[in-house]
Amino acid sequence: MEANEQVVSGEPMLESPSKPIKIKILTKSTIAIRITLLALAFLTVYAFFSFDYKEIDFGEAILATFANIKAMFFEAHFNHFTFTHAFYQVLITLGLAFLTTIFGAIIAVFLGLLAAENLTSKRVSAVIKGIVAFIRAVPTVLWVLIFAVAAGLGSVAAVIGMTFHSVSYLVKAYSESFEELDNGVIEALQASGASFWQIIFQAVIPSSLTYMISWTFLRFEINFAVAVAMGAAAGAGGIGFDMFMASNFYLDIREIGTITYFILAIAILLEVFATKFKKKLRVNG
Amino acid sequence: MQADFFAKKRRNSIGFFAILAAITVGAIIITEYDIVKGFESLPRAVTWALGNFYPTQESLVKLPDILSSLIETLLVSIAATSIGAVFALFFALMGSNTTRVNAFFGSISRAIATLFRNIDVAAWALILLFSFGQSSLTGYFALFFGSFGFLTRAFVETIDEVSGGSVEALRATGANYASIIFQSVIPSSVPQMLSWVLFMIETNIRSATLIGLLTGSGIGFTFNLYYKSLNYDIASLVVVTIIISILLIESISNYVRRVIL
Repeated sequence: MEANEQVVSGEPMLESPSKPIKIKILTKSTIAIRITLLALAFLTVYAFFSFDYKEIDFGEAILATFANIKAMFFEAHFNHFTFTHAFYQVLITLGLAFLTTIFGAIIAVFLGLLAAENLTSKRVSAVIKGIVAFIRAVPTVLWVLIFAVAAGLGSVAAVIGMTFHSVSYLVKAYSESFEELDNGVIEALQASGASFWQIIFQAVIPSSLTYMISWTFLRFEINFAVAVAMGAAAGAGGIGFDMFMASNFYLDIREIGTITYFILAIAILLEVFATKFKKKLRVNG
Repeated sequence: MQADFFAKKRRNSIGFFAILAAITVGAIIITEYDIVKGFESLPRAVTWALGNFYPTQESLVKLPDILSSLIETLLVSIAATSIGAVFALFFALMGSNTTRVNAFFGSISRAIATLFRNIDVAAWALILLFSFGQSSLTGYFALFFGSFGFLTRAFVETIDEVSGGSVEALRATGANYASIIFQSVIPSSVPQMLSWVLFMIETNIRSATLIGLLTGSGIGFTFNLYYKSLNYDIASLVVVTIIISILLIESISNYVRRVIL
């Protein structure tokens, strides 16, 4: 990937025509792009030398993977559970994702209002944004496992742990869309004697509702994937747990294929629904 | 007329919230989520964390071990992202409406990307575990597949957004395909693409922890080891190192983003 910024400067017009026109200029951003690309390339090469390969025959493993993927997708079957059971487990995973998203959204609206610079003071906003960045830095699975010590493994720990991450993600998205609101609108309402909550519910939230809904739905899609992962890694139940059992205990690649089909179907369904929904919102809004 | 408008608006929003509430109740029943227990466990978790979940003097002995597995995880995520980005660039050029060779290849490369994107990295990890075992390569390939799918979609959007007009202009001057791609499309979309790559690295480091837990490698495995053996002080040290590294990488990429965009 060559990164030659083509900036035609205004200068050459004044110079003698015999000189070639200089079209490649090193700006600060060009240098930054090159350094970043070089650093990534170097780290990637270094990574391949430092990997812990554990004496795996690379070619053989690749071939085995292809064979596994083929078996998985073309010979998918039910062995340890039935179609209805799998469907019910998918519903549980969807339920976990939904609860997490709705709890996260409710908390995030209030924190997002506090985190928007134009609605509160700069200091309050900085504190909330700092806390949120800290929460986001801890991977979701670690939140779930930390809560599992207090609440026990299961849906309670999973929902609370996943909610933490959803809140921090949504607070960032919501507060950014609140901050885009024109200051004049708030000033006009304040001048007419509107209270804080009236400003929030009549101006701030209606104007950013479209953004909020599309971010929330995007988070729901992410939460579905996270809920599958939490079922596998933190015993949260749902289809993820069946997948973990099929992989680590029954060693049944064909059953994993069935589960993958279920997850894939839901994920694509959600994506299609989200695209349709967004189009409809754009037309109405 | 106006009264009608407000009444209709209110009816609509009441209907919307009623549906949401109904789904919430359904979800609570189906997942067997205990609301009382949920609220109860929150203060309990906080008091427990304040009492037990912090690094102590003794746990610092394990710091070199933790750092070496953290670096392994970071390298896996970076390598997976950059190789994924190279593949994604190719597939995005094939899949984008402005640069595709023909409609047939366009829809095929989009379909492949959709397939890879919608299978979660955790699922990939469990699938690859069969052939690659507990090595770094399991995590590497899982992250690679996930990043490839996501970046292809992001790159396609970037190319469509940035280079619609210039491609048409160059085509009108008679430039061939290669020079259109290398002189116009790639240079104008590199900053945006790099920003996506940096975002993906951040995401991958978080997912790498999860994959490590599932496949028994890297920092996730280190955490799980101490967590399961109830050495909460060392486990918390692992969490602290993860937080520091993620915040560090976030600030580096925010800086790069500010400069290049």
